[in-house]
Amino acid sequence: MTTTDPYAASSRETTEGTVYTVTGGDWDEMIDQTAGDERIVINMGPQHPSTHGVLRLVLELQGEVVTDARLVIGYLHTGIEKNCEYRTWTQGVTFVTRADYLAPLFNETAYCLSTERLLGIDVPERAATIRVLLMEINRIGSHLVALATGGMELGALTGMTNGFREREEVLHLLEFLTGLRMNHAFIRPGGVVQDLPEGYRERITSFLEVMRGRLPGFHKLLTGNRIWRQRLEGVGYLPLDGCLALGVTGPILRSAGLAWDLREVEPYLGYENYDFEVPTDTAADSFARYLLRVEEMSQSLRIIEQALDRLEPGPVMVEDAKIAWPAKLSIGADGMGNSLDHVRKIMGQSMESLIHHFKLVTEGFKVPPGQAYVPIESPRGELGAHLVSDGGTRPLRVHLRDPSFVNLQAAPAMSEGGMVSDVIAALASLDPVMGGCDR
Amino acid sequence: MSGDEKDGPVTPGTGAGGASGPSGASNASSAGAAAFGPQEIARRDVSGAVAGRAREGMFGIAGSGDTSGFGGLRLPAYAPAPAERPYGGWFDEVADEAAAALADDGGADFDTCVHQVTVDRGEMTWYVDREHLVRLARTLRDDPALRFEFCSGISGVDYGEGVPQQLHVVVQLLSMTYRRRLRLEIALELDDAHCPSLVEVFPTADWHERETWDMFGIVFDGHPSLTRILMPDDWNGHPQLKSYPLGGIPVEYHDAEIPPPDQRRAYT
Repeated sequence: MTTTDPYAASSRETTEGTVYTVTGGDWDEMIDQTAGDERIVINMGPQHPSTHGVLRLVLELQGEVVTDARLVIGYLHTGIEKNCEYRTWTQGVTFVTRADYLAPLFNETAYCLSTERLLGIDVPERAATIRVLLMEINRIGSHLVALATGGMELGALTGMTNGFREREEVLHLLEFLTGLRMNHAFIRPGGVVQDLPEGYRERITSFLEVMRGRLPGFHKLLTGNRIWRQRLEGVGYLPLDGCLALGVTGPILRSAGLAWDLREVEPYLGYENYDFEVPTDTAADSFARYLLRVEEMSQSLRIIEQALDRLEPGPVMVEDAKIAWPAKLSIGADGMGNSLDHVRKIMGQSMESLIHHFKLVTEGFKVPPGQAYVPIESPRGELGAHLVSDGGTRPLRVHLRDPSFVNLQAAPAMSEGGMVSDVIAALASLDPVMGGCDR
Repeated sequence: MSGDEKDGPVTPGTGAGGASGPSGASNASSAGAAAFGPQEIARRDVSGAVAGRAREGMFGIAGSGDTSGFGGLRLPAYAPAPAERPYGGWFDEVADEAAAALADDGGADFDTCVHQVTVDRGEMTWYVDREHLVRLARTLRDDPALRFEFCSGISGVDYGEGVPQQLHVVVQLLSMTYRRRLRLEIALELDDAHCPSLVEVFPTADWHERETWDMFGIVFDGHPSLTRILMPDDWNGHPQLKSYPLGGIPVEYHDAEIPPPDQRRAYT
C-alpha cells in the first residue's frame, strides 16, 4: 500500500490515543499500524449494516475477543411519548403505531387496551377477534424480518431475500385489510376503525395456504445448514436467571426454557379460547431463538385460522356514541372517505349530529382520571402501555414499555467474552427494533 | 387563534387541593394536617396519591369574551382514593405477606414503608416512602410468598405544576410465580427529585432509570452510571417534564408559519 491509497485508514491523534477511521478494506493496514497493541476499542455504528438499525456498539477488543461491550441508543428518539400528551386519545394511536414499526398493530392494541381499561369499556367480540387476527398476521411479518435481517447480517443472503419475499405477502394482506402496509392506526380505543373489507376471508385463506407452503422452506434452507448452525449454536447464550434479572422477555426468555407467553399466562382479547402452543427450548442460544421464531409463525397461522372461524357478524366499535366516532368510513371513488349517507345526515337533517361529530373529532372524549398498565405479547416480548389520565381529553402520560429497549440490555451479557463476529449473531437473535427502543 | 395559552390558567394553588377544591382532594392542606400528630402529618402530607391537576375552562379560555359558560368551569384535582380492606382477590394476601415479611426482619413496618394502597381498575398501587423503597423491593422479590422476581419497567410521570409532589417514579413489578402484577409509586418534589436506585435488586432497572433521569431529571441515587440514554449527552433540560415545551421551533411551510403544537388551539 502506498500513502496515496484513497482507501487508506485515516487517523488522528487524541488524548486517548490514535483514532482510526476504518471504512472497509483497510483493516489490515490499521492492524499493521497498531501492531503490538492488542487492545483496541472499536466503534460500530450507528450506521452499520450489521447492527440491526441505528444502534451503536462500543466494543473493547483483545485480539478478536470482546472484553467489553457497551451499547449506545437514542439515535431514533422521536418523542412519541411526549407528542401523545398533546393529542386526543384517539390521535395517540397514530403516534404509538410508529414506535416499534415492525409490530405496529401490537403498539396500537396495547395502547387501546390500556385506554379501554381507563374508560372501563370492553370491545365487541368481533373487534377483539379482528385484533387477534391482525396481530397474528403482523407477528408473522415481524418474525420474518427478524429472520431476514438476521440472515443478512450473518451473510445468509438467500435467507434475507426469502424472508422479505414472504413478508411482502404479509404486507400485501395487511394493506388489503387495513388500507396501509405499516403504521395502520386501524385499532382505535373502543374497537377497530372499520370492518374488514369484502373478500377478506378468501384473501386470508389463500395467505394461509401460501405461508403453509413457504414456512418449511426456512427449515430446508437454514435449519440443517452447517454454516448457519455453526454461526448460531452456542452463541449469545443467556440462561434463565440472566433473563429474569435483565428483564428479558419474548423468544429469548422462552429459549431459556420458561414458557412465558402473555397470550397464555395473562390472556387478553379472548386468547384463552384459542388452541395454540408456546414453543420453548432449553439451549438458550441464538439457534434456539431462530427455531422458536419459525415455530411461532406456524402457531400464528393456527391462531389466524381459528380467528377466521370465530368471526361472527356484529359491530366492530363500541355502541357508546360518546367514544365511537360517528362517521362510518367507506371506500369512495377517491379512496378512503366518510360515507355519503352520514355526510347527508349531518349536513341536511341533524345539526346535533354535526356538532357531536365535530366535538368528538376535534376535542376528543374524556377519560376518567387514573392510570393503567396493560402488557401484551409482542413478537419481541412484553409490550406494556402505561397510560395516565387526569380526566381530560388528552393523556397526561403515555409510556410504552418496549421489549426492544429492555432486551437490548442483555446484549453485553450475551457477547462479552466471545468473538467479535458472534456479537452480530447475538444481536440478531435479540431482534431489536430501534424505533421501539428509542421511541 | 393560535395564541390561547391552554396551560396558563392552571395556577399553582388551585391544584394543591385543600383550600380551593370542594373535594379537598384528601391531600390535607397544611392547616388541616396541623391537627394531627407528627406521624399523621408525615403520612397525610405525602399526598403521594395525587394523580391529576385542577383544570379550569373547558376550552382553555381565560379572561376573554367566552360566552359558552365553560370558561369558568373548575374541576377539582383528582386524587386516587385509598383502598379499604378487604382489597379483594389476592391483593389482601400480598399486603399481609409483605407486612409480615417486613415485620420479620425488624425494620420499618408496612405502614411506614407504604403510605397508601390504592386498588383501581383491577390494579394495585402502593405509594412507597423512598427511604424504604430498596428494602421493600428486595422483600417483594425474595419472600417465598411474594416472589415479585421480575421488574417490568420503571418510568416517571409528571403531574404538572401546582401539584404537590408532582414527580412520580412508577415501578411495575411482576410475579411470574404467582402471576400477579404490582405497581410501586414514589412521589417526589420537583426540587428534591431523588430516588434510591433499584439496580442492585433488579439489574434491568439500569436503562429504565437512565431513561427516567433523561426524561424527567429524577436522580437515582446509587445508580452505577446515571447518564443520558435517549437524548444527546450535552442536551439541556428533561423533555418529558410538563414545563418543557413540545417542539418550540416554528415550522415553516409554503410561507405559512405553523406554531409548535403546544401553542396551537386546543380544546381541553
